[in-house]
Amino acid sequence: MPAFPAAAREALADSQLRRNLAHATSTIRAKRAAVVGEVDEWEELRLAGAAIKDNTLRHLDEHLLTLEAALQSRGATVHWARDATEACDIVARIAHGHGVGEVVKVKSMATQEIGLNEALAAQGITAWETDLAELIVQLGDDLPSHILVPAIHRNRAEIREIFRREMAAVGRPAPADLTDDPAELAGAARLHLREKFLRARMAVSGANFAVADTGTLVVVESEGNGRMCLTLPEVLVSVVGIEKIVPTWSDLDVFLQLLPRSGTGERMNPYTSTWSGITPGDGPQEMHVVLLDNGRTRALADEVGRQALRCIRCSACLNVCPVYERTGGHAYGSVYPGPIGAILNPLLKGVGVDEQTDSLPYASSLCGACFEACPVRIDIPEVLVHLRSQVVDAHRGGAPKPEAVAMKSAAWVLSDERRLTLAERGMGAAGKALNRFGRAVLPGGRRAVRRLPWPASLWTGARDLPAPPPESFRAWWRRTGRR
Amino acid sequence: MKVAVLVTCINDTMFPDTGKAVFRLLRRLGVEADFPEAQTCCGQPMVNTGYLDEAVPVVRAFTDAFAGYDYIVTPSGSCAGSARHQHRMVARRAGEPRLAETGPKTYELSEFLVDVLGVTDVGAYFPHRVTYHPTCHSLRMLGVGDKPLQLLRNVRGLDLVELPAAEECCGFGGTFAVKNAETSTAMGADKARHVRDTDAEVLVAGDNSCLLHIGGLLSRERSGVRVLHLADVLASTEEDA
Repeated sequence: MPAFPAAAREALADSQLRRNLAHATSTIRAKRAAVVGEVDEWEELRLAGAAIKDNTLRHLDEHLLTLEAALQSRGATVHWARDATEACDIVARIAHGHGVGEVVKVKSMATQEIGLNEALAAQGITAWETDLAELIVQLGDDLPSHILVPAIHRNRAEIREIFRREMAAVGRPAPADLTDDPAELAGAARLHLREKFLRARMAVSGANFAVADTGTLVVVESEGNGRMCLTLPEVLVSVVGIEKIVPTWSDLDVFLQLLPRSGTGERMNPYTSTWSGITPGDGPQEMHVVLLDNGRTRALADEVGRQALRCIRCSACLNVCPVYERTGGHAYGSVYPGPIGAILNPLLKGVGVDEQTDSLPYASSLCGACFEACPVRIDIPEVLVHLRSQVVDAHRGGAPKPEAVAMKSAAWVLSDERRLTLAERGMGAAGKALNRFGRAVLPGGRRAVRRLPWPASLWTGARDLPAPPPESFRAWWRRTGRR
Repeated sequence: MKVAVLVTCINDTMFPDTGKAVFRLLRRLGVEADFPEAQTCCGQPMVNTGYLDEAVPVVRAFTDAFAGYDYIVTPSGSCAGSARHQHRMVARRAGEPRLAETGPKTYELSEFLVDVLGVTDVGAYFPHRVTYHPTCHSLRMLGVGDKPLQLLRNVRGLDLVELPAAEECCGFGGTFAVKNAETSTAMGADKARHVRDTDAEVLVAGDNSCLLHIGGLLSRERSGVRVLHLADVLASTEEDA
């Protein structure tokens, strides 16, 4: 995967994609703003959400043991997975143990993070996504580009095309007369998926929350496909990130208000499913929970970065991010795109591991719209800057990059007034020369430069640059004797 | 009340007129402010790019230059935000708590005028059609709210028109503008389009760095729209016209 600036180039040049994204994000943005505006105590809710998560993370070890014990007492089997490989192996082993060649899936970020579908495929097990948008992505042999709306980069015409082309090969074909009417598209998906729900003997889900004291997992969803997966098959496996814990049911109250309003812009999500172990004769008769670390304890150890583990995957930060709106999700090279992805990926993987991960903390103008929108008050700009310093520190000691040389020189000049004065004299002289040759004139009469060689071309490629003034402010101050 | 002006490195080197405007404006309002000559930069370029060690001597120079003042006023939401919020990070890194001491005394210009001086009519005259872009750090890091607009509404002759999608980032973002140049210009192009849609003669903002970016795009597009710092507008009087 190339670093962010290169990965973004393709999306920036794709005007259809940019139109799809701008339309979708502005629609969700407006819906969210309206329903958030209805809640008088929204700020108090945000503070409560952040506080519950922080307190839970502070005693995560204890809550995890409580959760494990509660789940076991209700007949569930608990597995611990340090990383993606361990988690995928556990799920595959359970499937093999039941002689299962296919599983149905509830949309889950954790299973995408660990690449579960690909890992199962390698072991001869097919995983069917049952969320409508995930189905579109899976049939299109595509990658999700948004946490909540994985096919946000696709429009209706493209979806019709994918259904027509791909459904037949993997099950019930799309109707021959399928149009791009949303209700018809949803109808085709419903019929296609129903076969799979009724046939599947095993399901895999994630969880939005895991209530420690009762051993209850919670999924909130819009389509109802989730509860089909959670109730119909004989075996249910849930892969849950260890940060998903809330201590009690009363803590859920706060998040069930924050999540739907922030995510889909709804007052309440249409379906909330909870499950706690086995009920003889009703629902799955075998339940496994895989508690997943995969970098979360690394993130937890980072004093500034650990606030990212508060994230409830609502996507509000994506929908307000001006960078995401123009580059789309694929440029982030991860299932976690947008501002949260720009901090979560380096926190989970560690900085200095590859160029792509190191480019993510810089994929932001630090405008702060994400922090403003975040329902659990993750100060994403603060974490971005913190991670940038980790990236820089990880590369100290080797051959310095041009940027490091530039920063060191700038710091040397800017840490002493006399050096700055000399530098300004040099710029003033350059400005005088440019005044003679500068080709553009800015409104108001000031000369400007149209083309400069690299690296200044990174600026002048698209923007004129005013010529430096002949006299700096401090030179004027001294000359006029203001001191 | 001992007041110093943090002119900022970018205004000092590229936009000296904005620095002069701040002094003209403050003097008109009866505030005799100093320009501590030892000042250089707030350290933001280094901090925001991740060079915290390099930011330490710059923030030390800042702290030394402004140590003796009650108020530090600056025509930049971004630099005020950096002083208030980022100097703590640098102080922690350096193990020098005093590096965080000047931050809380640093005020963006409109905050200082409205909150400290209690003035919303600064007696300015600027007979032009103007639109205003609230820069992200003023808006979100400092929360200046509508203070710049309160000041602009009291400028005689000024015709203030609303900027569509005003609160969306222009895409400057310091080194973001060159590290992610294409994304930055895509954002800036949309901002420039919104500015043109207003038919304003002048785009005003509280940060010359953002205006450098938006103005650079507007100029490349030969839009004819002039960009001007809030301080330049507030300092204008009938005599200047």
